[in-house]
Amino acid sequence: METPPLNSLYQQLILEHYRNPRNKAELEEKSVEIHMANPVCGDEVRLQLRITDDQIEEAKFVGQGCSISQAAISMMTTLLHGCSLADAKILAECFTKMMQGDPDAAKDKRLKDLRVLQGVSKFPVRIKCALIGFDALQEALKTYAKEETS
Amino acid sequence: MTIATFDPVTIRREFPTLEQSVNGRPLVYLDNAATSQKPRVVLDALRAYYENDNSNVHRGIHELSRRATVAYEESRAKVAGWVGAAEPSEIIWTRGTTEAINLVSTAWGLDNVGEGDEILISVLEHHSNIIPWQLLARRTGAVIKYIELDEQGRWILDELPRLLTDRTKVVAISHVSNALGTVNPVKRVAAAAHEVGALVLVDGAQGAVHMKVDVQELGVDCYAFSGHKMCGPTGIGALWARRDLLDSMEPYQGGGEMIHFVGRDESSWATVPHKFEAGTPNIAGAIGMGAAIDFLSGVGMDAIAKHEHELLGYALERMSAVDGIRIYGPQSPDEHSALISFTLGDAHPHDISTILDSEGIAVRAGHHCAQLAMQHFGISATARASIYLYNTESDIDRLIEGLEQVRGIFS
Repeated sequence: METPPLNSLYQQLILEHYRNPRNKAELEEKSVEIHMANPVCGDEVRLQLRITDDQIEEAKFVGQGCSISQAAISMMTTLLHGCSLADAKILAECFTKMMQGDPDAAKDKRLKDLRVLQGVSKFPVRIKCALIGFDALQEALKTYAKEETS
Repeated sequence: MTIATFDPVTIRREFPTLEQSVNGRPLVYLDNAATSQKPRVVLDALRAYYENDNSNVHRGIHELSRRATVAYEESRAKVAGWVGAAEPSEIIWTRGTTEAINLVSTAWGLDNVGEGDEILISVLEHHSNIIPWQLLARRTGAVIKYIELDEQGRWILDELPRLLTDRTKVVAISHVSNALGTVNPVKRVAAAAHEVGALVLVDGAQGAVHMKVDVQELGVDCYAFSGHKMCGPTGIGALWARRDLLDSMEPYQGGGEMIHFVGRDESSWATVPHKFEAGTPNIAGAIGMGAAIDFLSGVGMDAIAKHEHELLGYALERMSAVDGIRIYGPQSPDEHSALISFTLGDAHPHDISTILDSEGIAVRAGHHCAQLAMQHFGISATARASIYLYNTESDIDRLIEGLEQVRGIFS
């Protein structure tokens, strides 16, 4: 399989988020924290959320990895502030679908800047990099829901 | 096949995989430390076995089984000769280096290592020479100690007298580091380990590939290596160990072929090496590994080592000149085997690898199953270019072009 042009992968906005990640810090008061790692490549993220009344007040992360993984997490956190848990779940599902190559998901305006990552879907070995942050988010939402009901 | 004068371009033609384009460019394969490509003679040997002689070994009283057994045992003798074993029965077929190490850590370890005993390994080890010992330590209450590294990834041996005690039961070390390319002073450590009566196991996955290995001269007790890194098929490898050691050990796995007599309560074992080879072995793989040894011997290990040393020197020189590069491990080609581990500016190794791949250049990116070594340098990953007999200066030139492109994107 021929690799698509690199410029579909390494867009300026991605490199900019890689160099200047948003919300990369420890959260002092957190409702839930999820550690997610890809042992194959060493990408790693600790996602922390502060949640009040089914709404994400703050989202921060600590992690390391390639430009794709770090940029995706950084962009994700910017969209989570003030986001309802239900919308966060939709966002995660929508982004995952875009990575699986779904063209409708890629047009979804709710993804905002995250749409620049659409090109990653054409690099099968890098899809996992883009998804690690959203995998952590989905896990965080599940963990939080479980803790709330128990 | 005999090659009169060493010429990597001629040798290259023997490897069908190398004759292809990837992403529109002729393939530059620099991921040899992960696995090497296979020459035609090895592929032919596999095919010939399956087409002509396929049958089980040491069992059937018929012509095909006889032929398969002869070819299988001839390969064992070739592998024995490859590392300087005293006799073919000192070679146990395994799935690879990993299984060979697990065989020793389990079959020897469980009977010879107890609570409070010490296992000495190095921070440079591949996970396959760390985890088996951690598993053994967990089951026995033994303690693991580490040979530490200096800033170039070399073992700090000043502390060896303190690290080796009368509780040290085994010293397990790599011949050549897969993460940094360091050629380790195995002989010196082995001699010191024997002073305190410890068993010495060497992970030779990156060793027997590039140099002539003589286990007698190294003065070690066990040497584990894989076929697929030295032009052979995957799923086959070998453990060399001293015959008296193998005789003293309990079996690793139970099953067919490893028994002498089976009773309801008690059974007895076949002699070495069959005692350690339960079940139908990887017959084709063993024959393929024998063919790989014939191929490498035909080219000549001295000529291969010389070529790789020169090419490594060229690569180190050219790569060092790339702006923003950091090369990990020894900086001199004399302390270095055929791979270079590096980072480039703030480009993550995965990004380096993707960009190089788009130019048809295959390198490895990641922690190389050596997370302790990565932690030593305070990093999580490097990119790694590893060479073999068929690589040329033009492959290195292409790599440099690719690295310039990485710099362009991440500038």
